[in-house]
Amino acid sequence: MTYTIEGKTGAWEIVVGLEVHAQIISHSKLFSGASASYGGEPNTHVSLVDAGFPGMLPVLNQECVAQAIRTGLGLRARINLESRFDRKNYFYADLPTGYQISQFTHPIVGEGTVEIELGDGTVRHIGITRLHMEQDAGKSMHDQDPARSFIDLNRAGVALMEIVSEPDIRCPEEAGAYLRKLRQILRYLGTCDGNMEEGSMRADVNVSVRKAGEPFRTRCEIKNVNSIRYVMHSIEVEATRQIEVWEDGGEVDQETRLFDPSRNETRSLRSKEDAHDYRYFPDPDLLPLVVEQEWVDALERGLPELPDDKRDRFVKEYGIPRYDASVLVAEQAIADYYEEVAKGRDARLAANWVTGDLFGALNRTGRTITDSPISAAALGGMLDLVSDKTINGKIAKEVFEDMLETGDSAAAIVERKGLKQVTDTGAIDAAVADVMARNADKVEEYRGGKDRLFGFFVGQVMKAMAGKANPAMVNEALKKVL
Amino acid sequence: MSLTELTIADAASGLRARKFSAVELVRAHTDAIAALNPRLNAYITTTADEALKAAQQADDVLAKGEARALTGIPLGIKDLFCTNGVRTTAASNILKNFVPPYESTVTANLLRDGAVFVGKTNLDEFAMGSANITSAFGPVENPWKRNGDEAALVPGGSSGGSAAAVAAGLAMGATGTDTGGSIRQPAAYCGIVGLKPTYGRCSRFGTIAYASSLDQAGPMARSVRDCAIMLQSMAGFDERDSTSVNCDVPDYSAAIGRSLKGLKVGIPAEYRAEGLSAEIAAAWQQGIEWLKAAGCEIVDVSLPHTKYGLATYYIVAPAECSSNLARYDGLRFGERVPGDTLDAMYEATRRAGFGPEVRRRIMMGTYVLSAGYYDAYYLKAQKVRTLIRRDFTEAFGKVDVLLTPTAPTPAFAQGEQSDDPVQMYLNDIFTVPASMAGMPAMSVPVGLGATGLPLGLQLIGRPFDEETLLATGSALESAAGFTHRPAIRAEAAK
Repeated sequence: MTYTIEGKTGAWEIVVGLEVHAQIISHSKLFSGASASYGGEPNTHVSLVDAGFPGMLPVLNQECVAQAIRTGLGLRARINLESRFDRKNYFYADLPTGYQISQFTHPIVGEGTVEIELGDGTVRHIGITRLHMEQDAGKSMHDQDPARSFIDLNRAGVALMEIVSEPDIRCPEEAGAYLRKLRQILRYLGTCDGNMEEGSMRADVNVSVRKAGEPFRTRCEIKNVNSIRYVMHSIEVEATRQIEVWEDGGEVDQETRLFDPSRNETRSLRSKEDAHDYRYFPDPDLLPLVVEQEWVDALERGLPELPDDKRDRFVKEYGIPRYDASVLVAEQAIADYYEEVAKGRDARLAANWVTGDLFGALNRTGRTITDSPISAAALGGMLDLVSDKTINGKIAKEVFEDMLETGDSAAAIVERKGLKQVTDTGAIDAAVADVMARNADKVEEYRGGKDRLFGFFVGQVMKAMAGKANPAMVNEALKKVL
Repeated sequence: MSLTELTIADAASGLRARKFSAVELVRAHTDAIAALNPRLNAYITTTADEALKAAQQADDVLAKGEARALTGIPLGIKDLFCTNGVRTTAASNILKNFVPPYESTVTANLLRDGAVFVGKTNLDEFAMGSANITSAFGPVENPWKRNGDEAALVPGGSSGGSAAAVAAGLAMGATGTDTGGSIRQPAAYCGIVGLKPTYGRCSRFGTIAYASSLDQAGPMARSVRDCAIMLQSMAGFDERDSTSVNCDVPDYSAAIGRSLKGLKVGIPAEYRAEGLSAEIAAAWQQGIEWLKAAGCEIVDVSLPHTKYGLATYYIVAPAECSSNLARYDGLRFGERVPGDTLDAMYEATRRAGFGPEVRRRIMMGTYVLSAGYYDAYYLKAQKVRTLIRRDFTEAFGKVDVLLTPTAPTPAFAQGEQSDDPVQMYLNDIFTVPASMAGMPAMSVPVGLGATGLPLGLQLIGRPFDEETLLATGSALESAAGFTHRPAIRAEAAK
């Protein structure tokens, strides 16, 4: 089903391409030795190179190059063994040299693809046009003083990857799925922390609308959207605006716009006529970047298993449903946790416990998998008790809650609370006989054909045995006497 | 012989032999600066006190027998090299009070080898000019005079202050930078030796950029050997400059006096250009004869794209400078003129900070990089640059070194050519092609012209073969026996 927006003149399709700026994880900046870490007092992570002092020259940080290549490989993209740095010239107070070093004509990574999965299970492939490295600018602060602006250059020169998608996205949900998937891949690779609140990942959103079967119409670019939710909203808002313009007989102008989430609207930032002429040209301070295929191969060998591969392997290796596998690979740490629990155990049971009780518990306690109050080993220990029939599933829930509270091991809790499953046929038979005796009327009804009452008897027996009876044995004993 | 007339090589032996102290040597130069700089304006900043302190330390080092190649040698530093704690202006108002907290690699290398800096030499603003008349600190006067004529002549540019200081005995040698001829042309105008090394030979770190793909530091001195000694110290790979080349620095002095037997010297036909003065043409012919006599084989070669060199240069260099000079915005360092808005501040700051020639080149560079013009100008210029480089590569398939004039004319008077910028640009017609190709080149004084002014010849070599330049240059030097000194100089002023 194609997503459309209904206008006065009928249904409109939307066309979206995303340019994602992702901060590269590295110790130092793209062209200087200054720290690239987030935070810090203003202007404390600034070298003379970052501040654009006379005679200072950029020196490329090889680790940033490795990170860009890893990302390219993770996006199943072509790695360009020769790329080049260009200067993008414009004046602004937080751009110390008056130009941003970027890769304009020859990016380090070419075409690739990202597979996304939608809520209804549909799988789509979003094309990647290119990935290039560039410097971030500093930060202008206009709210510190009534008359003056303040500049913080801590971010100036920090390495970014700009990841440009093809205009393959057709609805807000796909945009959201694409960004989540991209973020997941970057986090798996350890090349970007994907933290949109801190600005280490942000998106420029290109939106246009068209009638079915038409070529692309004029697009607008919404700059610097800093959450996935806002990206999805802004697409809808902007598409709706454009449809109104077209339907009122107007023309959509190619321009740069800003999304204002508080008013749920986009506003013009600058028109094409006012667009900067960036006067791109190759940076004469830097040689063309040439990388060896052997190095790329070595980086590829060092890549972690990527989420799609991991998901497919989980389905195959653990026999769990694709949906569960997708949930479990959402984060590397969750996948690792799951694998530790599942190893040598009932993998489906492990998946149910991780995605069910554990996620529930983490949600309730506001924790994440990395600081989970129950370790993978502890959860595995509990599952072992279930498998060897020391406890049954119901008791397991109680044990789990106790583990969450006390941090004790499952075995210790079972011991402490005397929760060991009763498999003594004598005890079970006695309990069965007792229940039958106290419910003679129900026994009659059952024997008269009211099969549904079987569950009632099971419940009564379990209750009588404080839940500790082996349910299979209870069933068996009941069947025998009934 | 007076201490201000010595070569670096002789002074170094004199210091080691304790014939004079470093303090005496340096004081002779700082005194000369005090006496003559008010007239010549060769230095923007003088550092006599610091120099004398450094000289005392040099004497201690000499006493311990630990002298290095340049220990105690007083040098002038072009005011484009950032010097830690010493004002560095680029001869521009925008940096008139700028004191860098860092040292350029080239000057750090010289200091490592014991050199004593006596001051920062004048230049064309941001190294943009061929006559040292665009400096915000006033023009430099060439210490040479035409016969019977007191008119102030230009020293050439942009390293005019360095050339004038070395010629007049206000330094034993000086650093220069050469983007399109800024070492060689002033060396020729002032009767000294100037060497522009291969692009990448000396680090550009800490040297204020004019046109990054062309800028190259080099030595200026009164003898070819002195240039070899200085280059030895200045050259070398620097990981802080990605364009510096990681290859061994040979023993340059060993090339001095090396036999030239069988050396093939190319004479490019295209350098017999219009506007070449008869006296320079004659000096060129004389140079050919000397090299023939030294055993060289003279070969006619062609560099067919020479005629596009200047036009190409005046696209590439301004393009790069328009970007390189964007950082002078009054925000983080340098002069600031306040304005009501950020743009107003930029405009006021840059209008007050930059002189007309710098503004002209920024405008040209901005234009040639603009959308819609980039392909026609910048991209085409890059293609022509490739062709110019190929001309040289082909020529060096046949010959070992090229001999040409350095400049079409000897030094001219202040004001003579300044009305027409294009006329001024023509001074670089012979030096620009080697710059565009990144080849090493050197100017050697070979005689005096009809009016008594020095004439220089240019040698152009293969990439990283500065040794052949030095060998050939030293042959020209000894054949010419050039011992003339300018009218205005330290010794004469006594």
